[in-house]
Amino acid sequence: MATNFRINGRSASVVEETDTPLLWIIRDEIGLKGTKFGCGIGMCGACTVHVGGRPTRSCITPLSAVEGAEITTIEGLHPEGDHPVQQAWRELQVPQCGYCQSGQIMQAVALLKDFPSPSDADIDAVMAGNLCRCMTYPRIRAAIKAAAALSAGKVSHE
Amino acid sequence: MNEKEVLSRRTFLISSIAAGATFGFASSVGAANFLPLPDPFKATAGPLFEPTIWFSIDPNGVTSINIAKAEMGQHIGTALARILADELEADWSLVRLISVDTDPKWGPMITGGSTSVWSTYPVFSQAGAAGRMTLIEEGAKLLGVNPQDCVARQGRVETGDRSISYGEIVRRGDLSRRFGADDLKNIKIKTPDKRTLIGKPTRALDVPPKTKGQAVYGIDAEIDGMVYARPKLPPTRYGSKVVSIDDTAARKVKGYLRSIALEDPSGTVPGWVMVIAETYPAAIRATDLVQVSWQSDETIHVSDKDLQAHAAILIADPAAGAVLDTGGGDVDAAFSQAKSTIEATYTTEGVLHFQLEPVNALAFERGGVMEIHTGNQAQSFILPVLSKALALPPEKIVMRSYLIGGGFGRRLNGDYSVPAALAAKAMRRPVKMILTRADDSVLDSIRSPTRQTLKIGFDADQKPMAMDHAAVAGWPTKAMVPVGLVKGTNGALYDPFSIAGADHWYDMGVTRVRAINNDLAQRSFRPGWLRAVAPGWTNWALESFIDEAAHKIGQDPLAFRLARFTGRGINAGSAPNAVGGAHRQANVLRRVAERAGWGRKMSANSGLGLATSFGQDRDMPTWCACAAEVEVDRKTGVVSVRKLWLDIDAGSIIDPDGARAQAEGGMLWGLSMTLHEGTDFTNGRVSDTNLDTYTPVRINDVPEFDIAFVESTEVPMGLGEPPTTVIAPAIGNAIFAATGIRLRRIPIRPRDVLDAAART
Repeated sequence: MATNFRINGRSASVVEETDTPLLWIIRDEIGLKGTKFGCGIGMCGACTVHVGGRPTRSCITPLSAVEGAEITTIEGLHPEGDHPVQQAWRELQVPQCGYCQSGQIMQAVALLKDFPSPSDADIDAVMAGNLCRCMTYPRIRAAIKAAAALSAGKVSHE
Repeated sequence: MNEKEVLSRRTFLISSIAAGATFGFASSVGAANFLPLPDPFKATAGPLFEPTIWFSIDPNGVTSINIAKAEMGQHIGTALARILADELEADWSLVRLISVDTDPKWGPMITGGSTSVWSTYPVFSQAGAAGRMTLIEEGAKLLGVNPQDCVARQGRVETGDRSISYGEIVRRGDLSRRFGADDLKNIKIKTPDKRTLIGKPTRALDVPPKTKGQAVYGIDAEIDGMVYARPKLPPTRYGSKVVSIDDTAARKVKGYLRSIALEDPSGTVPGWVMVIAETYPAAIRATDLVQVSWQSDETIHVSDKDLQAHAAILIADPAAGAVLDTGGGDVDAAFSQAKSTIEATYTTEGVLHFQLEPVNALAFERGGVMEIHTGNQAQSFILPVLSKALALPPEKIVMRSYLIGGGFGRRLNGDYSVPAALAAKAMRRPVKMILTRADDSVLDSIRSPTRQTLKIGFDADQKPMAMDHAAVAGWPTKAMVPVGLVKGTNGALYDPFSIAGADHWYDMGVTRVRAINNDLAQRSFRPGWLRAVAPGWTNWALESFIDEAAHKIGQDPLAFRLARFTGRGINAGSAPNAVGGAHRQANVLRRVAERAGWGRKMSANSGLGLATSFGQDRDMPTWCACAAEVEVDRKTGVVSVRKLWLDIDAGSIIDPDGARAQAEGGMLWGLSMTLHEGTDFTNGRVSDTNLDTYTPVRINDVPEFDIAFVESTEVPMGLGEPPTTVIAPAIGNAIFAATGIRLRRIPIRPRDVLDAAART
């Protein structure tokens, strides 16, 4: 039985065991490698994608849960990789090894939807589930604020 | 809108996509460049200017720099390229990085010890200078002037108002000149005032793809026809043998292929069973269902308590261990004359690397050569082991480099490449092995649990006249490159990485430093190099103990330290690496104390603590000092770090923002290992294997901090690890200042604070 969903604006139909974690479907079946495997128990956030616009740990999300869903991965965030969060990440030179950063960026994009100008407490509350082993946290915090400013600037110009 | 659907596995066919959308599908296998490069950087045909093995310039002026160091977050490619491009006077916008394979011509391939900038600086500056000189000579010919009347600037040779680009010189000039290693040694490099890129702000070349999901790590490497493997790990690291395998249950897993008991002549992965399947999720499921029975040795019962008890026996035995050369003198005689002494024992728990990309490797045979595609920090260490394991001559094995999703020393140990290669050999097809997180933690070459006893003897004027420091640990060098062990003054061998830091720059009178291997640890796990290695534990003990010693004789810990940095004898320092010696360490300490407001009045249960170190190694000192302000909740035992101040003198700073990023990461690793992470060892294994119980620093744990670098034009030193070394003792000393409670084990958990408070 095929599972059908949309990913980065395209339709996908996957024939796999329905308890297979979405992470491996995205990486190995669909071939989008930007989403990463970290802990496998939903506690590091490296596998974060958006399902129906909400940040979701794909390593603990079974394929059966995304039937009919709209999924966005890091590759689908912006056609040129220029989402304000991605721009801010480059501006502040956030990534070190970079392995967690797709997940950090996906989580941060969702954070800014819910809190367009987040406080430090908001950032702590939402981002504490994303581990960065290189400890780029100070820059993640600064980049989220910069992205918020960037997004606000865009809105006011429109 | 017509849309076709996904038709088959690993094929994503699209007929219609959102307007303007482009998607990067990384084609990893065989790609030499570890970063996707924008179009202007596409290699062009035509002559290449390649005066040394380290770089080439093409007819468009594109300068490709060969990087033999592993890229794992330190932006090392960018830093090294800046060194070469500065001397070369290259146009930075045309510089690209090439990650090389394991051809012997690159020399030893090891990325560790924060040594990359320091060790590459001479050859890269000389290679760049050789290129610049040659381009000026050829450029002058083409311009019809004398070379003395020309200068090189941003990829052009200039004379008066005329100039010629490097690309054009490559197209038209005679660039047959080659410089070997010996020729390069005689090349003169620029004086610091002429630098154009070193020390100037820059953007790391590996950052953009890392924000777009385009960076290619080892785990992303793929090749047609590959199968997946997950190991069924034996109960002990070394002493287990497979007795039987029952895969009845696993055979019901769709995609399961088979289970292989590995035969490993190198002894790297004894008792391993590889579970092979068509997909990785199938391999995970099947591995859980495969039943293996093993025969194991006595290490299956070893716990942290055993390791500590064994270490205590070793310290008590004066014949145990190797004695370092610390200037000579009779330590025992000096102690016997001492008017008073102080002694204390410090311990540390095991620490996991927990690099976020679990170890993995893709191995396959191509044209009679075994190719291993994996992120690795020390190909030179593991290639001879692979040769033995595969019974293949070294030239029949090649390792291809990928970005590393976290090194921290884990991938200096290439043990994980061996089982992938053995499985590929057994399967006769490409095998991609990935470890699950828990597998990765169990296999991890952890930072060894340690035990250290320190003693200082004072004379009648309360001046230190003798010091003894014995440190017991599992030794990574012994486990992985025993040839790297060095001889102590008593003839015994020791691992320099497992004692560095204890050979400090303080003048403490006659000093003895003893490095002792915990042989029980050595048998029970594979000790690893972990960010800073020994300085992460020796400084915990040393700097806490210096604080204790100062308090014992009623002196201010800052004044006590500064008085001991006499800069005399072996602590005077020497050119080129340690100019200034102990005086530079005193300088960073003084600076950090001043910035933190040392001596100011603190509120109840709050305190300031100081610590200082020389980073990694006496031969490559990065002078560090930290002040920590903490508040201790006496009811809960919770230690809150209010602020950390850090002062670093690493000589010339090549890439200021990169240096700061490394210092931030190192500092927070230090904090993590002080208050947040550590694992017990039980039944021959680490107790904590995933984030449910292993709890490194998260964003909400980050305190306020203030990092300052000393401005310097001295030889550049390492930066990735040194800041890690001063955090634990600064926090421990701050806890003492706040509460009078002295803690002698890290990590410090609330329970430890409460227990110590009850005893105090």
